[in-house]
Amino acid sequence: MADLGAMTVRGIRDTIRARTHSAVEVCRDALARIEALDPQLHAFNTVVADRALARAGAIDREPERWRDAPLAGVPVALKDNLSTRGVRTTASSRILESYVPPYDATVVSRLEAAGAVIVGKTNCDEFAMGSSNENSAFGPAKNPWALDRTPGGSSGGSAAAVAARMAPLALGSDTGGSIRQPAALCGVVGLKPTYGRVSRYGLLAFGSSLDQIGPITTTVHGAALALTVLAGADPMDATSVPEPVPDYAAALTGDVRGTRVGVPRALLEQGVDGGVSRALDAALATLRSRGATLVDVALPHARHAIPVYYLVATAEASSNLARYDGVRYGFRAAPLSGAKGEELRTMYARTRAQGFGAEVKRRIMLGTYVLSAGYYDAYYLKAQQVRTLILRDYEQAFAQPDAVDVIAMPTSPTPAFRIGERVEDPLQMYLADVFTVSANLAGLPAISVPCGFTADRLPIGLQLTGRRFDEATLLRVADAYERETEWSTQPPPILNR
Amino acid sequence: MLAFGMPAALTREDVAKIASLANLELEPSELDLFARQLGDILNYAEEVQQVDTTGVPPTATVLPRHSADRPDEVRPSLEREEALANAPDAAIDAGFFKVPRVIG
Repeated sequence: MADLGAMTVRGIRDTIRARTHSAVEVCRDALARIEALDPQLHAFNTVVADRALARAGAIDREPERWRDAPLAGVPVALKDNLSTRGVRTTASSRILESYVPPYDATVVSRLEAAGAVIVGKTNCDEFAMGSSNENSAFGPAKNPWALDRTPGGSSGGSAAAVAARMAPLALGSDTGGSIRQPAALCGVVGLKPTYGRVSRYGLLAFGSSLDQIGPITTTVHGAALALTVLAGADPMDATSVPEPVPDYAAALTGDVRGTRVGVPRALLEQGVDGGVSRALDAALATLRSRGATLVDVALPHARHAIPVYYLVATAEASSNLARYDGVRYGFRAAPLSGAKGEELRTMYARTRAQGFGAEVKRRIMLGTYVLSAGYYDAYYLKAQQVRTLILRDYEQAFAQPDAVDVIAMPTSPTPAFRIGERVEDPLQMYLADVFTVSANLAGLPAISVPCGFTADRLPIGLQLTGRRFDEATLLRVADAYERETEWSTQPPPILNR
Repeated sequence: MLAFGMPAALTREDVAKIASLANLELEPSELDLFARQLGDILNYAEEVQQVDTTGVPPTATVLPRHSADRPDEVRPSLEREEALANAPDAAIDAGFFKVPRVIG
């Protein structure tokens, strides 16, 4: 039997189309790897083996029906903040520990209509709030490259699952880097689409003006195949945009001649690890050697992106998470004792106190504060104004006559850090999001693609940011780079044991 | 002008007030921890005050203008039983979520 674990999304789809392997064989292989490795990695909150095998069996029984399906038989892992009808969806929170959604997220329906086989729900930071997976109520996921290190976050389980070849495709959500940063730290590809490109219906909301769902894969081609399935307007999400959806895989020509790559040199001067910096320079040299032109760009307001992001995102989160009150779904605190007439309010406050973890409480508190009377103008409104300036910087860089096609920078200023290293200091954890949050504030598509390793063999990610709704260019440049390198084909040590 | 005299640090009382607004019951130890941590974050966020935003409109959404209107038609929705299935306390037959007594 071929090494199914080494196969890409395309490889698996083609092997099932050619009937070299059945969908059930592919599914069993993925489930076996999950069973063998997940006790060490804790990438999954829930594995749905029986459901997956039944689904794969149904695909095998009707080969004609599924022959042209773009993801027929491809195992997929879903971040546990994406609603799955009949399958527990927790957002890695105690407050939703036993919540079973009565409907599917639109991305879930689209994947299944395309023939994908859901194998499970992946671990993440609680309500996608975090950069290390340590805020999961069920314990952190581990990095397949070094088990004492975090896989990043918040979509850490999705990135770890793909890196350890438990599934060739996983979905994550990205509010400030939560797809790209774990992809970088785990040595895989992660794409955050343009805001409005992919329906958010059924995504448990964190920051509604920032959240996007996107794919995590071992190759850029896999991300292109997945995006073609995921993208498009959805009547259930009024913020999804009716832009045409191209065949993204067809855009991968391997040609970057004449492509203009912007480099924000001034921004990169702050606190980038030496190994990361060298890998970025080498990646830029590779792109230039293939005919791309490197251009200095100024993003003068990007250095304010972190405070702006943490003011805007927490404000939106404090509002979005008000719905978790112990009435309609989820955990309710008991027993109820409170001042007479205050029983309901006490129930709300106690349910939320016991149901949410420390980071979620911290962000709800910060968001409540910046929206409160007397501070709204100074913090929230001010942050929204600086958001406009950050967005304008990008628009200018992408505008004629000196327009760039993509902007390159590291995804994360450091490689994967040790579990526990940053938990005591939330602000230090936030500062590591310096290169990812701007794309969310500006609503632009951005991708992380592996670009090397540090001296101690930890993966490094190259981030490319593109024009609004121009994922095709972004994927083309990332794919052309990937073709020139072999970073993506190197498995983490956990697979060699 | 905007209120520039932001508190340099949050007190326990400030934190308790925010927690009340957010419907969160905090332990005494959490009041101290959050006072320090939220104070650190807000101090750091002070830097946005230095940016000149004269005449700059706020961005609440990056969406390009597009019409999300749709016909106002009755469509299927969740069955009542499904909608109540996750409730910690519900009267399924009567079709109600149940909450603690709110009137005496």
